[in-house]
This record gives sequence, C-alpha cells and structure tokens, in this order.
Amino acid sequence: MALLEISGLKLAFPGEDGPVEVIHGLDMTVEAGETVAIVGESGSGKSVTALAVTRLLDHAGGRITAGRIGFTDRAGQVRDLATQSQEAMRLLRGPEIAMVFQEPMTSLNPVLTVGRQIAEGVMLHQGLSEQAATEEARRLLEVVRIPDAARQLGRYPFQLSGGMRQRVMIAIALSCRPRLLIADEPTTALDVTVQAQVLRLMRSLQKELGMGLIFITHDMGVVAEMADRVVVMQQGRVVETGDVVALFAAPSHAYTKMLLDAVPVLGSLADQALPAPFRIAGAPVVVQDTVQHGAVPVLELDGLVTRFDVRRRFRLAGRIHAAEQVSLKVWPGETLALVGESGCGKTTTGRSIIRLEQPRSGTIRVNGEDLSDLSGAKEKRLRRAVQFVFQDPFASLDPRLTIGFSIAEPIHTHGLAQGPAVQARVQALLEQVGLLPEHARRYPHEMSGGQRQRVCIARALASEPSLIIADEAVAALDVSIRAQVVNLLMDLQARLGLAYLFISHDMAVVERVSHRVAVMYLGQIVEIGPRQAVFGNPQHPYTKRLLEAVPVPDPTRRAAHAALDESEVPSPLRTPDDMPVVAPLVAVGAGHYVARHRVGGLY
Amino acid sequence: MSATTLGSAALRSPLGEFWRRFRKKRVALVSLVVIVLLLVAALMAPWIAPYDQATPDYDALLEGPSWTHWAGTDTYGRDIFSRMIWGGRVSLTVGYLSVLLGCVVGVTIGLVSGFAGGWVDGLLMRIMDVMLAFPGILPAIAVVALLGPGIVNVIYAIAISAVPVFARLVRGTTLALKQALYVQASRSIGVSRTNLVLRHILPGTMPAVIVYASLRMGTSILTAASLSFIGLGAQPPSPEWGAMLSDGRSYLGVADHITIFPGLAIFITVLAFNLLGDGLRDALDQKLR
Repeated sequence: MALLEISGLKLAFPGEDGPVEVIHGLDMTVEAGETVAIVGESGSGKSVTALAVTRLLDHAGGRITAGRIGFTDRAGQVRDLATQSQEAMRLLRGPEIAMVFQEPMTSLNPVLTVGRQIAEGVMLHQGLSEQAATEEARRLLEVVRIPDAARQLGRYPFQLSGGMRQRVMIAIALSCRPRLLIADEPTTALDVTVQAQVLRLMRSLQKELGMGLIFITHDMGVVAEMADRVVVMQQGRVVETGDVVALFAAPSHAYTKMLLDAVPVLGSLADQALPAPFRIAGAPVVVQDTVQHGAVPVLELDGLVTRFDVRRRFRLAGRIHAAEQVSLKVWPGETLALVGESGCGKTTTGRSIIRLEQPRSGTIRVNGEDLSDLSGAKEKRLRRAVQFVFQDPFASLDPRLTIGFSIAEPIHTHGLAQGPAVQARVQALLEQVGLLPEHARRYPHEMSGGQRQRVCIARALASEPSLIIADEAVAALDVSIRAQVVNLLMDLQARLGLAYLFISHDMAVVERVSHRVAVMYLGQIVEIGPRQAVFGNPQHPYTKRLLEAVPVPDPTRRAAHAALDESEVPSPLRTPDDMPVVAPLVAVGAGHYVARHRVGGLY
Repeated sequence: MSATTLGSAALRSPLGEFWRRFRKKRVALVSLVVIVLLLVAALMAPWIAPYDQATPDYDALLEGPSWTHWAGTDTYGRDIFSRMIWGGRVSLTVGYLSVLLGCVVGVTIGLVSGFAGGWVDGLLMRIMDVMLAFPGILPAIAVVALLGPGIVNVIYAIAISAVPVFARLVRGTTLALKQALYVQASRSIGVSRTNLVLRHILPGTMPAVIVYASLRMGTSILTAASLSFIGLGAQPPSPEWGAMLSDGRSYLGVADHITIFPGLAIFITVLAFNLLGDGLRDALDQKLR
C-alpha cells in the first residue's frame, strides 16, 4: 500500500466570477522511503498540490472540489485527507506529515529562540517535559549537522545564516519523525554551496528515517540530484511521470523535453572558448564573437572600495567590506560575469559603478573618461552610457505608469527625441526586445514576469548605452523564459555591440553568456580570466568549491559530489581596525589571474 | 497570477482598477452618495430651502417638527431645516478648505523631509512633533484666540492642526518609496530629483493621503462645530451647525429639536466621511489585492 495515493484531485480558488479550478484531476503516489519530485514552472500548481495534502489549502482560501488523498498513517489505517476535519488534520501535521517552506526567514518566528521553536512541536506532539524537549531539540540540531548545537539553541533566527535557518526548519519538520515530508523549493533561496549541503543532508536523513519525500522544485538540476521518481506538471495537470533516470534519458512529453532543453548544463560549452545562445526550436547557434579587443574599455575599475559602517550607540562598531580593491576591465561587445554567493559584494560592485552606493575610493572610467566624481555634466554622461537591469522586474517598474512611459523616461531625461519621435522610438525598442507596440499602453501588472524583464531591457536600451549591468537579471524567471531572455541579451550584444557586466550566482547561465569571468569572495576578486580557463581549470579553492556545488541535471552523475565542504562562508563584517589584506593577483595563464594571498581562510 | 491578468483582455489603468474594487464596497458607495447629496443640497440651498434661513417668524417660536416646518423652528421662529441646508454650505466649506490647505502644506513638508533626509528631516519633524504634542482642539483654540473668532480663522486653525499629521504620513511613505526598486531604477537612468519626487514618489503617497483626507474631513467638520459651539467659530446669525447646537443649548428639555437636527446633520456627515475613508482604504490598499 502506498504511503500517499492521490487520485482525481481537483482544486479551486474563489475568483471574481465564481470558483476557478487550478488543479484539474491529479493522480500521483508516494511510497514510504521514496522521493518524488514535482517539477513545473510558476503557476503549474505544484505548491498548491502540497498545500492540499497538508490541507493548509483551507487557510489559503482554496477548496478541494473532487478526488481523494489516501494517506496510510502510522497505525496502518488509510485516511482520506480530502475529507478530514481541520482538527484531525492538525493532529496529523507534524507527527505524520511535515512541511519545509522556501523562505526560512519568514517561516521561523523572529522573536523566539530556535531551541524554543523546535521544543514547542516536540512538547506538543510527544508530550515531553520542557527539559526533555530542549534536550531533544539539541539532538535534532546535531542531526541536521549544526555545529555547536547546544549554544545555537539560545540564538534567534536573525543570528543565523540562511543555510542554518533552513536546517533549523528541517529540524522542526523532523522533530516528530514524520512519515511524509513535503519540501516546497527548500533550497531556492540558498546559495549553491549551501544548497548542495542542504540537499545532501535531506537525502541522508530521508534514508535514515525511511520517510516519503515530496520535493517541489523548478530546478532540473535539483531534481536529478534528489528524486527517485518525477512528476512533471503544467497548468494544473500532470503531463508526465516516471523514473528519474528514464525521464531524463528519454522524456516523452514535449513540455518535459522543452524543460530539459532549456536547462543550462554546466560544462556544455567546455570545449569552446566563446559563449553561445541556448538552442531553442532547432535554430542554428552562432557563437558570440563580439569582443573588440584593443579598443578603449567601456568600463575600467581600479581599486574600487565600498564599505558600510555599522554603528552601535553612535560608535563605529564595525565595517562591512562589501567591495575591496576591485579592479577589472570590460571591453566593447564583451560580457564579463561577476560571480559569487550572496554577500560576496558582486551586487555592491555593480551598484557602486552607477553610484547607487557611494564608493570610498578607487577610480571608475567609462569609455576612457574618469567618472569617479560626478560633477557637472559627468553624471548625465554616466547615466546615459551605463544602464542597470535589476533582478526583480516587477519591483523595478513604477506600478502607476504604463510600460510606454517607463521606456520613454530615459529618452525624455536625456533629451534623445521630442514629440511623436518619442512614441516611435518606444515602439522600436519594444519590437527590439520581442514585444508588440501595443504593449506600450499596458501596466506592469498586466504582463508576465518574462515580458516585464524584456520591458526593463528595453528601458535600459533606450539611452543607447555602451554597458548594461545585469544584476541577477534572469534569476527570478522560469527556466524556459530564462533561456529566451538570455538569448535576447546575447542577440542584442551581437547586433548593437553592447558590453555586459553580468552579475550572477548561476554558474550554468554564466557559462552560456560570458566571455570572461570574475569570481568574488568576501568583497575581493579572487580569480578572473577567460571563461573557458576559469571553468575548465579553476585555480582558487573557492572557485573550485563553487563549481563543484552546482547541481548537475543528470541523475546518473550524482556520486561526483561526495566530497563536499561543510564549512560556512565567513562574514564580511570586520572590526574597525581589522583591514583585510589585498594583494595583487598572480597570473597563471593568458589573461587568467588568481589570488595567492589568504582571503577569509582560503588561498 | 500573471496568466489570469493576461487573460483579461481589458486594459486597466490604476484608476480603473481602483474604481472596480471600490464599486464593491456597498457601505462606502452609500456614503459617497450621501456626501454628494449633502454637497448638492448645500450648493442649491437658495432654491431648495423651503424658507429663508434668516427670516424670523414671531408667530412660530420654538415649534416642534410639523408638516410646515419639517425640523421645527428655533427661538426666532426661523425654519431649522432651511438653516441646516444653508449651514451645510458653511460646514462643508470649512471641512473642505481646511483639509485641502492642511493637506497641501503637510504633503509638501512630508515630501521634502522624507526625500532630503539629514538635518532638514530632523528639523522639520521636530517642529511637527511639537505641533502634535498639543492635544486635539487646543492648538485650534489657541490659533483662533490669536487671530480672533470667525469662520475664516477657524479654517486656518484647523488646517494648521492637520499639517503635522499629513507631514508625518507622507514622510513615512516617502522614506519607503525612496528605497523602492523602481525609484532606484529611475535614479540610475538619470531622472532629476524634482521629477523623481513629483512623478514617482508623490503618486505613491496619494492612496494614504486620500484616505486620511477623507477621514480628516469628518474630524475637521466636528472641530469647526466644536469651535462654533464654544463661540469661537461662526458667529450668529450664521447657520453653521455647531453654532446652531450652541443656540439650542439653553432649550434642552424644552425644545430638543433645536439641537437634535443640527446634531444629526453633523453625525451623518462625519459618519459618511469616515465610512468613505474606510472604503477608500480597502480599495486603494495594494496589500489587500
């Protein structure tokens, strides 16, 4: 008998004109000790399905309209979760079914210590005394490999890193030894190296406890890493289900094929020096030979330093060394990727260039002109030559203005056209990014995520810049859309000779787009060089760690990740008199430089 | 979510979106109708008031409600219903002008304070704090005492006491919007500070301002009535509602209708503005979407 057996499940949410069905008859099973991955893009209904199983759906306003959710409980009795009372479900949640959510910060209560939060569930469901429950909480923290567990019990969520918080969430979920664990994008908000640690932890815990695991994700690499079986969902329907190895080897449904094709695979360009767009719909792929070596660099950073003071009681308590002596050059038509994990200073570097942060020192040259200070007309020239594309396209468009107005803003600001010519220019820009002229009249909320990012790209193009800084510009998009937007960026580069500073944590996408790569760690560039050299022959231990942690979308290659580093990235916060050592990088190949001095314990 | 918004072919402007949601708030819609009726009545007072509000009728002193005098008559035999209609002109004008004045000054201070930050913000906000430190009607009384009684001075007095509240409200929203990604995006394009504030930040503060303004209308009318009641506001024979209440004060128990009907007018107006404010808040609040 299967642990979980869903048949003919239909779910609906109330809409303006009556209920809207979001799941149209779903069937799936999970055996004890099995990992079933549900994959699909946003809106496919994968999270809603998880909410239905736990019946947290009722709190979200949804309703089960048809079907059965058979669940075999500890006593061997089969219960239909679709018809259980809320009270009965409350007793099942925790000891029988537990959930781990995407955002570990918001799923933990900020005003309670982590020990207290773990002990709460233990006391409630196992009837232990407070002291025994605290002891159990400590043991659970050890189970999820949190170092120095006894001390961590008394800490608050904000004092822990993202990876630590997610481990605490897993500890809470496991505290009652559930038979079924539902993990909804548990590693999406985490850095790659931390993601690798958490995934490995979940896999070994699942084997130890023999629980069923439903793993919801959009990331095919994670699926290949975790799943025994895969359920592919699209718009509320299961389009394909099967064994993970078979499904990756020979997907039968067109949508699955498309999903797998759109996944950037790290190493797919290993034998090629130049980047190349994704192959979509069999179109011939042209390599991106656009760099104009020997020309004046569009961007030249020399010793850029940006630090943030941390004050306590009006005294300087420490400094965050977000960018330390960052030096780099970007040539016309070149894509330089700036990679690293959260807190490494890559975004700060990008924001310092356009002065959304104020650098402490260093020079910033754009097209050969020193724009380190923005006096007089220099600010206008910088703001025209360098454009920025943010990660979240919805938040970076004014919700009260039409798309057309947003795109026209730089044209008006820099006086590039007047009167009806503005309109024509906006329409041309929309077409250039693959949108229709009619879209100009729309508001941001009337467009999809991919369309919004295209709008942001159109706005960036409006001032005819020579450099676009793309800060995780494709990170928030679904895989298929991501591939399209990446291709758009590369197409624009080929046609307009644009240069990109491509800030990203996604090594597979970086491999696709970049000519050169700079790896940042604790505010410093620790390795920089041609993409092929850095990826094929990484010299710095941090670069190696970063590349090893990337999940490979191939279920037959799991064993390669056995030796994984469990250490945490040190904090970039230092005391005021503690200055980091920055030494010049050492050449190890043609244009390939690496740090040979100690950076946060690594060298 | 994005799929459904794309599915609806109709293009909705923020205004259209607001109206679509506001329409569903029955209570707020009724309140709006009541307010419109009150406004129309006040504007059309010369034509719809059954009697001249100022003409005494010594044959009909302190008469109770009847078919000839719907709300009865006062100590001079003046028709109370007609005086209420005429009084609406005074009370609504005071409410409207004082809120408008307080709002314009307050929003400007809030925008400057929030956007400039630093010592400008510190100075402006400390001044606002001082103004807020006086309880309720006290600063209004002080201003009227200084400028002398009269309806115009009441408008100034109420406007001044509304300034710090609008300033604080707008400063808070401005601080939040200054950090919004779309404002940063516009900044990185090179948009000037003036345009940044007027085009991107000011419209973002408007939902909160509109809601608060409608709530403030009720309070302002009430404050004006209170000032008139204690003799600092509208002077006799002006039919201001608070002044009418004051007139009837000595006849409570003898001729209750003199106070009940103007009191009812104040009550309905203030309630309507408050309910409208609640409805506006629900319809304008993006978090409720």
